[in-house]
Amino acid sequence: MSALWTLTTLAARHGRKTVLEDASLSVAAGEVVGVVGPNGAGKTSLLRAGLGLLPLESGEARLSDQPLASLKPDERARLVGYLPQDRRVAWNLPARLVAALGATDLADEAADTLALDCLARVGAAELADRGVLDMSGGERARVLLARLLATRAPLLVADEPVAGLDPDAQLLTLDLLRAEAAKGAAVVVTLHDLGLAARSCDRIVVVSHGRIVAEGPPREALSRFILGHVFRLDGELVETEAGPVLAAKRV
Amino acid sequence: MSLVRLCLLMLLVLASAAILAVSLGETPLSLAQYAQALTHPASPPAEVLWTIRAPRVAVAALVGAALGLAGATMQGLLRNPLADPGVLGVSAVSGLGAALAISAGLAVVPGAIELSALIGALVAGGPVVVLAARFREPEALILFGVALSAFGGALTALVFNLSPSPVTTAEILAWLMGSVENRDAMDALRALVPMAIGAALCVRAGNGLRMLTLGEEAARMSGLPMARLRVYAVAGAALLTGAAVAAAGVIGFVGLAAPHLVRALVKDDPKRILWPSALAGALLLVLADLAARLVPTEQELKLGVVTALFGAPAFALLAWRASRSWRS
Repeated sequence: MSALWTLTTLAARHGRKTVLEDASLSVAAGEVVGVVGPNGAGKTSLLRAGLGLLPLESGEARLSDQPLASLKPDERARLVGYLPQDRRVAWNLPARLVAALGATDLADEAADTLALDCLARVGAAELADRGVLDMSGGERARVLLARLLATRAPLLVADEPVAGLDPDAQLLTLDLLRAEAAKGAAVVVTLHDLGLAARSCDRIVVVSHGRIVAEGPPREALSRFILGHVFRLDGELVETEAGPVLAAKRV
Repeated sequence: MSLVRLCLLMLLVLASAAILAVSLGETPLSLAQYAQALTHPASPPAEVLWTIRAPRVAVAALVGAALGLAGATMQGLLRNPLADPGVLGVSAVSGLGAALAISAGLAVVPGAIELSALIGALVAGGPVVVLAARFREPEALILFGVALSAFGGALTALVFNLSPSPVTTAEILAWLMGSVENRDAMDALRALVPMAIGAALCVRAGNGLRMLTLGEEAARMSGLPMARLRVYAVAGAALLTGAAVAAAGVIGFVGLAAPHLVRALVKDDPKRILWPSALAGALLLVLADLAARLVPTEQELKLGVVTALFGAPAFALLAWRASRSWRS
């Protein structure tokens, strides 16, 4: 399968602090990759550096095998859709207009039709004309997810898309992203819930102190050793009928 | 309501206000005199209506529109409902330009104060545009604007301080308070050129302003050329503000309030709000100038004084009602 996102030995700094070192990753069409790690480990930095939002010290990022640095803003937007961690919305726009912001390449009317379709897919069709600031956090998260889907990009990158959501909304969000992957998109998400990550992702990337320290299928990447040394947890993933669950206590 | 319909409706209201403003004034006219003004272009009533009042109303409308559009642009760019055209420090430095021209005795040269104010706006606008391209976070721009405003204000105070005569001081003060008294058609035309360029820039930035609703990072990844659109927005707002200060002095509040008057009508959309804000600004200033002329005082009220006096309480009321939708 072709790689839609290739990061080769990325290094990046924020001010004087090194936030990313020697990070390499390749993401192919059809897979869901979960990026996990403790707070401040460098998950967001990995995504931002790989998308060109954080200047690189060294290394190279490629989108659909084209060097990121050579892409114009509109070319980059055709190849990747990004849902930032910061979900603040400045003005009380109706949901359909927010979702339509994902489709800057379409004329207003076509973008609106697509926005309604994407809102329906995230189960928020009835919210289309409501202002996003009048919504609950969970409703707003759905609208922003609809905007991500409206980009129709082959690579979807979502930074903590389930933060602050109730369990049902968390599962729905990941189901929707999985559905996109099943249709051929590559999906990369950062997550804090390791059980949810293990259940929803094909592959897990563990980040610690700005480095990728483990990568592989969930049970391999989230080994006892990694749980203990990176997350300071004593425990393991346990298979249940509903999928893997993390059974652990603090070290 | 569609944007076109809203703008047409507002144009209609603005036209009615303008007709009212041209009809009414310090010199009361009889019906016969109005008829004379319309039929005999060389008659004294025609002089009052077309040479004295009409250009004045036109300048007020242009200045109001420029301030309304600049205010809406800055609020969109900075994602802040409290932003106004002066937030980047352009009006303070523009005012300084005018003060320098007056203290240098250039008030007698037609257009000299206006040109000096516009040069001040461009001098301030240059670094502001460079900074806007460099710093993406609104806080950095706002802080720089506060510094530039304070510096411009300090230098203006210095001009007062070193002013050779109290007459000059009074002249500068009167000019800074803002007025469209004694403006002619040439003044309106002179203001129109930089305003048209500024308006075109702001409107071109519209898509970027709308995208910024979702924050800086989402906007950067959206596919829009955000760096260019930010420069359009800042340069456009600076030109509009500078042209407004050059034409009428420093007039506060209109640029802040005009977008709020129409925000609900365009569902908060930072792109669609641009033209309605311009029209609302024009309407506010035409009415404020009419009030300035009609209130019987020994000295005619200054426009900047009127906008602040009437506007501030009205704005407080509006802010009170709108505050619920501002939570982040």
